[in-house]
Amino acid sequence: MMRKSGVPGLRLLVHVLAILPFLWLIWQFSQGQLTANPIRELQLRTGKYTLNLLVLTLACTILYHLFGFERALQLRRILGLYTFVYASLHLLNFIGLDYGFNLALLREDFVEKRFILAGLAAFLVLFALAVTSTEGWKRRLGKNWKRLHRAIYAAAGLAVLHFIWQVKSAADLGEPLVYAGIIALLLIFRIPGVNGLPARISVSLRSKRPRKVRRAYDSEHFD
Amino acid sequence: MAERDSAEITPWHVYASRRSFLAGIGAMVASALLPACLGRDSQVTQESDFCKSARANAAGDELGARLTSCEDITSYNNFYEFSFEKHDVASLAADFKTSPWTVAVGGLVERSNTYSVDDLIGKFPQEERVYRMRCVEGWSMVVPWLGFPLSSLLQEVRPTTGARYVRFEGLLDPAQMPGQRTRSFDWPYVEGLRLDEAMHPLTILATGLYGQPLPPQDGAPVRLVAPWKYGFKSIKSIVKIDLVEEMPVTFWMAASPTEYGFYANVNPDVPHPRWSQASERRIGELARRETLPFNGYGSEVAHLYAGMDLRKFF
Repeated sequence: MMRKSGVPGLRLLVHVLAILPFLWLIWQFSQGQLTANPIRELQLRTGKYTLNLLVLTLACTILYHLFGFERALQLRRILGLYTFVYASLHLLNFIGLDYGFNLALLREDFVEKRFILAGLAAFLVLFALAVTSTEGWKRRLGKNWKRLHRAIYAAAGLAVLHFIWQVKSAADLGEPLVYAGIIALLLIFRIPGVNGLPARISVSLRSKRPRKVRRAYDSEHFD
Repeated sequence: MAERDSAEITPWHVYASRRSFLAGIGAMVASALLPACLGRDSQVTQESDFCKSARANAAGDELGARLTSCEDITSYNNFYEFSFEKHDVASLAADFKTSPWTVAVGGLVERSNTYSVDDLIGKFPQEERVYRMRCVEGWSMVVPWLGFPLSSLLQEVRPTTGARYVRFEGLLDPAQMPGQRTRSFDWPYVEGLRLDEAMHPLTILATGLYGQPLPPQDGAPVRLVAPWKYGFKSIKSIVKIDLVEEMPVTFWMAASPTEYGFYANVNPDVPHPRWSQASERRIGELARRETLPFNGYGSEVAHLYAGMDLRKFF
């Protein structure tokens, strides 16, 4: 049903766009453009990129539901995996570059700081999803695969909590709250009852494509 | 072990020269790689006019740490009056008007007075003080300030017997300070010290750094520096100093009383919900350093807090 060869150009574009921020970061790092505290800046920027990718991953589902845009489903896995890659860079930078793998200091911070716990929990969810993202795991898990991968919303919630808990004051809350708002909006469409709505609207708007929407909507793979 | 063995069987000068040769290679490799890793390539980073004429008598602090570069001190600033982003402050503050400028000293004093910055510089000899600056956010610098002891000024205005605290106020000017246009904070910036802290010889009013008048982003034209406290205590661009009886409510106490206390002494044993207070990153260095109680000034200031529970009075 999902033809992998369908849109190589689009997939290539997504790969390039997902890798570009990383290359840009490396370039700025090498040029001394990441402030006087580059490790801190790397931490903030990889975190931001992770959240952006997470939002884009979730948006794929909605694009599909709203517009019957099937290609979005092919891109969703790629974006999801890049989300995990950037989350890993974020965590590695923290543990390695920032803390120099100093376990005593790390343990203290992990126990002491709730924003770190929230971030770690989000990472563990993303890790589980990345590992089980292959076709093999999809087959093996059957119906449970879909249930498991709904945990991406938990990861998104935890990631935003991680962001909110590390801002310095109410003045800095704007940005994490924007992310929270977008994710909440994307989640609303998944609530039973609400989630059929865009598809139905889409169907009535595009009466030519009812079967396509219906068919994919029933599919295990595409939810 | 191995090093000692080879020193024993090799004539000392050969051994020493081999070691210095190896050290030289190591330094060469490091100097080639580290600037790229740390983003410290002087060929790429543009030097500001201020830093072109930077000069300091000392090369580092009394613990052997080197001065933080002028570029870093003048480009990475927590100065919420201008921006919440540390790297944006310098450009936003570039046109900040610091002259004419007066500091009104009053409250519970016998001789309240208003001083121009030139008065202060003329009256009190400026001296270089190399202090560690530990930000509550877990980073630190070593800064060669120019300034004079706050006690000199306080002695001149003569606090009355009722005076127990010193309250400092920063400039309120939203037209010049874009950060003050946000309503999330109670402007102007307010800070305070207990009178004995204010009279302590380590406490200075700084008017310059790296041998020149303070640049706007570092708190021009006059700021407080109390090096054993977190950086936010060292209020910038001061316009008013009052001797008072009650403990002042400071800017950060008002913003978040559970996170920021009045004393704000650097203390690795009092955790913060977001930043490590057990360790810190010295700007310009790769590895973290252990944070020292009272930022390494304990032998000079710990007696001020004898008998106090510093976990409670954080």
